Amino acid sequence: MEIRLTLNGRQLRAEIEPALLLIDFLRAQGCLSVKRGCETANCGLCTVLMDGVPVLSCSVLAARASGHSVQTLEGLQEEAEEFVGFIADQGAEQCGFCNPGYVMNTIALLRENPNPTDDEIRAYLAGNLCRCSGYEGQLRGIRAFLNARGTKEVNPHA
Amino acid sequence: MLTFRQYLRPQTLDEAYALCQKRANLVLGGMLWLKMQNRTVDTVIDLCDLGLDQVEDLGEEWRIGAMVSLRTLETHPGLAASTHGAMADCLCHIVGVQFRNLATVGGSIYGRFGFSDPLTLFLALEAVVELHHAGDVPLADFVNQPYERDILTHVRLPKHPGRVAYLAQRNTATDFPVLTCAVAVGESGARCAIGARPMKACLVKLDLPESITPETAAAAGDRVAEQVTFGSNLRAGADYRRAICRVLVRRALLGCKEEE
Ligand SMILES: Cc1cc2nc3c(=O)[nH]c(=O)nc-3n(C[C@H](O)[C@H](O)[C@H](O)COP(=O)(O)OP(=O)(O)OC[C@H]3O[C@@H](n4cnc5c(N)ncnc54)[C@H](O)[C@@H]3O)c2cc1C
Ligand code: FES
Ligand code: FES
Repeated sequence: MEIRLTLNGRQLRAEIEPALLLIDFLRAQGCLSVKRGCETANCGLCTVLMDGVPVLSCSVLAARASGHSVQTLEGLQEEAEEFVGFIADQGAEQCGFCNPGYVMNTIALLRENPNPTDDEIRAYLAGNLCRCSGYEGQLRGIRAFLNARGTKEVNPHA
Repeated sequence: MLTFRQYLRPQTLDEAYALCQKRANLVLGGMLWLKMQNRTVDTVIDLCDLGLDQVEDLGEEWRIGAMVSLRTLETHPGLAASTHGAMADCLCHIVGVQFRNLATVGGSIYGRFGFSDPLTLFLALEAVVELHHAGDVPLADFVNQPYERDILTHVRLPKHPGRVAYLAQRNTATDFPVLTCAVAVGESGARCAIGARPMKACLVKLDLPESITPETAAAAGDRVAEQVTFGSNLRAGADYRRAICRVLVRRALLGCKEEE
């Protein structure tokens, strides 16, 4: 069957098998940042934006994405560069496998809520699993980025 | 893995209903549950072109389209006001934001899963399910009906269900719940739904005195825990669930009181 969609700003038309998953379609298009972690909709590693909303590409049919706009990390380099250095500075990751999913969902979080509290960050990123770290480093990294950008969290315990 | 030969997007509900009468065909909601199954079908029927992705304000009721995502419900200001925040409390622990952007109301309610958070809340809210063929069915009846080949088009929720509270217990964050509890205290009396027993959620009418106090709330919790049947699975045993049930019902009732 034929699908038409916008991938990272580029109009695409492709002939696909009806049961093809979006993750496999995207990887075949060269978007190798989109990775398969669990394939059971649990880990968040395969996160992409569909019409600006974060979704699990392992659980969406490429056919359903037809008519929509899909963005992967390949198309969002500038937005990611703003904060990924802060996460790296915290030594937040060990193997780094979870990173693309984290970065994608952090982009979605900051678009939706530019000045999140720590609890809001935790809640939004709860669907991104990391098997190496204890999540604190990533949180510190995002917090450091927000602080550097001049948005200080009001400490409820102060 | 879910495998199939053909993907179709019907343009009318009649077309979708006709397609779903064939045993070899399957209706897709968010596909999250379906994808976990080992199944081969002929045709999958995607409802995404039928305009079922709206939350409508009908005055006295909310009418929620089957393809509305759980995340849309969670962040809807009107539903938050109607349910005193219980809608978000019920949905926010389900896997993650990306997941809830995909999972649909239709799939969640049609599925009538034992572990379901929204099924528990919607039961306490006295939801009505709209089926394309069978028409309106109270969720309290639908929950125990067999899985007929019909299209769930909408779910209606009353706009003023009274005071509402939702609580669930999980062994670990984002896991399936061990027990779910929703309480609504309205003009027509008090209702409590208990789910993840691990059987499907059930509805219990609560006999409450005029005012909710720590004592009357605890007594109501004890009565519900004795009345409801619990089972065991890998997440928890029946006795543990019963003990948790007492606590959740008491806390939910006190939560309703605080809103007074
Ligand atoms: C890993 C994982 C963890 C989960 N954790 C939780 C949890 O903690 N709490 C919780 O409450 N839920 C949980 N769920 C369930 C989830 O929230 C959804 O309820 C579930 O995925 C079904 O929604 P869906 O839109 O994906 O439906 P689908 O998987 O697409 O469909 C489910 C069933 O409903 C049918 N169907 C779908 N839409 C319609 C319709 N409009 N009319 C008729 N039939 C229809 C399908 O044919 C299928 O039989 C979890 C699911 C997964 C996969
Ligand atoms: S690979 Fe999609 S959620 Fe894990
Ligand atoms: S750093 Fe290894 S999975 Fe996150």
